[in-house]
Amino acid sequence: MASRREFIRVSTLGAGGISLGIPAFTSLAKTFSQEDSPVFKSMRRTPTYCEVCFWKCAGWIYKKDNGDVWKIIGNDDDLHSNGRFCPRGTGGVGMYNDEDRLKTPMIRTEVDGKQTFREASWDEALGFIATKLEAIAKEHGPECIALFSHGSGGKYFGNLLKAYGSNNITAPSYAQCRGPREVGFIATFGEGVESPERTDIRDTRCLVLIGSHIGENMHNGQVQEMSDAIDKGATIITVDPRYSTAASKSKFWLPIKPATDLALLLAWIHVIIEEGYYDKEYVEKYTFGFEYLKDHVKNMTPEWAYGITTLEPQLIRETARAMGSASPAVIVHPGRHVTWYGDDTQRLRAVAILNALLGSWGRRGGFYRPEKVSMPAYPHPEYPKISRTWRDAFPGKYELADLALASGICDATIPVAERDCSFKAWIVNGTNLIETLPNQDNTLQAINNLDLLVAIDTMPMEITGWADVILPECTYLERYDLIRTSPHREPQIALRMPAVSPKYDSKPGYWIARELAKKMGLADHFPHENLEDLLDWQLKKMGSSLEEMQRIGVKTMAREYDDLYFAPGEEIEFYTNTGKIELYSTELEAKGFDPMPVYTPHEEPPDGYYRLIYGRAPMHTFSRTSNNPNLTDLMEENAVWINPKVAREWGLENDQYIHLINQDGKKTQFPIKVRVTERIRWDSVYMVHGFGHDQKKLKRCYGKGASDTNLISKVHIDPIMGGTGMRGNFVSFITEVEVES
Amino acid sequence: MRYAMAIDTKKCVGCSDCVVACQTENNVPIGFCRDWIVEVTDGTYPQLEMEIRSERCNHCDNSPCVRCCPTGASHYGDGGIVLVTPNKCIGCGACIVSCPYDARYSHPDGYVDKCTFCIHRVEKGLSPACVAACPTKCMYFGDLDDPKSEVSLVLKKRKSKTLIPEAGTKPQVYYLI
Repeated sequence: MASRREFIRVSTLGAGGISLGIPAFTSLAKTFSQEDSPVFKSMRRTPTYCEVCFWKCAGWIYKKDNGDVWKIIGNDDDLHSNGRFCPRGTGGVGMYNDEDRLKTPMIRTEVDGKQTFREASWDEALGFIATKLEAIAKEHGPECIALFSHGSGGKYFGNLLKAYGSNNITAPSYAQCRGPREVGFIATFGEGVESPERTDIRDTRCLVLIGSHIGENMHNGQVQEMSDAIDKGATIITVDPRYSTAASKSKFWLPIKPATDLALLLAWIHVIIEEGYYDKEYVEKYTFGFEYLKDHVKNMTPEWAYGITTLEPQLIRETARAMGSASPAVIVHPGRHVTWYGDDTQRLRAVAILNALLGSWGRRGGFYRPEKVSMPAYPHPEYPKISRTWRDAFPGKYELADLALASGICDATIPVAERDCSFKAWIVNGTNLIETLPNQDNTLQAINNLDLLVAIDTMPMEITGWADVILPECTYLERYDLIRTSPHREPQIALRMPAVSPKYDSKPGYWIARELAKKMGLADHFPHENLEDLLDWQLKKMGSSLEEMQRIGVKTMAREYDDLYFAPGEEIEFYTNTGKIELYSTELEAKGFDPMPVYTPHEEPPDGYYRLIYGRAPMHTFSRTSNNPNLTDLMEENAVWINPKVAREWGLENDQYIHLINQDGKKTQFPIKVRVTERIRWDSVYMVHGFGHDQKKLKRCYGKGASDTNLISKVHIDPIMGGTGMRGNFVSFITEVEVES
Repeated sequence: MRYAMAIDTKKCVGCSDCVVACQTENNVPIGFCRDWIVEVTDGTYPQLEMEIRSERCNHCDNSPCVRCCPTGASHYGDGGIVLVTPNKCIGCGACIVSCPYDARYSHPDGYVDKCTFCIHRVEKGLSPACVAACPTKCMYFGDLDDPKSEVSLVLKKRKSKTLIPEAGTKPQVYYLI
């Protein structure tokens, strides 16, 4: 039975606290290969791909004459960045320079009845983890160990887990973010949207954004292409209760009542069918279920939608016609963070259907056919057979989820009588689950049921304060990682190599996973002592080499298969049950769900409450960058956006600090600044995610702004794939705020 | 030769990449900046308009900062670029007060600092760091005296404005509207 964990905010015992008599660097330091081959030391610029967000732009790290990191700029050959980084990538130097970084392994201990961390050597910390995991595997089975990751390390720790006998490997980027989009598009086209999105924005004539705030979410390639589209005079249509940056660039802004998007989508489908704006040839050749769909939407007129969405029927018609006129060079953008109301897969189905009607899938200016290369697999022993997975915790549920649910594994960590295995150990790499998963009480309850929590991170994020063992990973500026191979218009590979040696006693993820594997008797699964050997072996098999990639950073390969777009009249078999684009989903029907999307009203805020909407700022990535010195300098706290009418009613003024409290009595831990602005609807408030940190070791961002996750206690689960709808929370204001001196 | 910049407010998303790119390129200490973002919203919900601008020293033809500098540290360089020679600057701050655009700051090392149009890059045939980094490609830099330069062409094609023209400083950063 795990002892109850306390959240450790500050105290860490140094060598003076509990003296171990051993320096932090011990025998293992010798095996660290970069010391033996410091090829980067003589290089003025070294190639990298960015780890500040998931877009993974490739660029160059430049150094000063004294060897310090100077700047990071884009690689001109890179399709993700086209040689231009976003502020976070440019500010990536701050990830390396941040003096609050994790510096040495640490182990939770108790001194005088108080829990604290003590510094440990790598040898001891990894030995501690190996022993604990062995005991857990022996008693409960290795399947009771789960990995949460968001970033490059996932591959190494995933390999370790699979080698040990667990396939419970997850990332919050699925069930807390883009999962419903993938499932909705797979149900329609037999393929997901993937990342980077296959949207052909640069050549589009009409871009439709529904709650997707490109420009504030700084998904580099898309921001660049939206700018190209503006230059070329494309029509932009933005649907958002907030006047977003994208809305300000749009010909049409639809200030929709939140939670009613599906009604608008259905009305658009209605107009496009009734007025004959759909691509008849395409629909006839490639789709299944048009007549069902036509019948399904026949009463879903713009007038019907007006009563739901508050959008003028004329505006709905006019925008539908604008899309139809641009067809097939039109993109109804699938968005990225789409876990809103619990019927998100169905909303994204409506988006997919609309694209299918407009004939934009597989067409220039719509969605292109991406291609990526696969890296040669290196020989390693077979993984053991796995008898149980996270799915066993949810019999008959979420069957269409094509990846593991982070929230599902969290829930399945809380023991229930009828389940024979609850998760007993979490290895968490590069994701701050406290801020990432909704319903913090639930997350903490799960954590308190663990026998072991290992946090591997570069920064002392909140999750590390709950860990038993903390392992300091070095930043992406200080390490090799696997070759980047993402789908794009042309397949490309990109190299990340160290520009500088790891600071403090931090280590690359590959090294950590391999050393841990050695202690767990799994060394055979990591046959390469260091990544350079593996990368060079893989690259040579592909006709390149590590040496070449160190020089060029990015290499473009030839497309192997079909064209970027469907050829006229091309026969295509889609990966669906009917082999067609399914306007009517046979898969959803077979699983007992609506085969075509149905609008259902969502709960509305009670009197005196406002719907909580959250989003992104261009200079931050979730909570990952909150303490980055360069990026904090651009934005150090978030503010709550409040419409002037509401502000007047409550007597709120700009820059005043208040607390927010939600429908369940959950209150922001730290006060948040008021921003009175016309840019938000009167029935909603808005804030940027990733602030309000409760970890004093994060000196720059501790207590700055508020955390939206504090307020997301109500979760609407998508029954189709288990996504966690997080926009059904309502907040009110507490104007009396104690000011911390 | 007359160096100038044109910035397209229709494309700028206000991401601040120009700010960080300048800070890292020019080793601007954290807490200070040579360029910054301004966002102006007009109207009431839902009839709104917004302009986003990346601002910096306007390298004015008629610069109050150069005029008021007691030591000659502030001066015009090649192509009309307004520059500060750090070792001539006594840090009196007269220029900071005289600038209608608030484009200058006191560097912790005791001199006044500001945008240089990245002249050290321009001399090598590169564009300023902000222009090179901008993900929206909303900035154009070049020689106004060359009618074929990118900046001349875009200013000919598009409507533009300058900031606080009534101050009479003849700014050389143009905003495409």
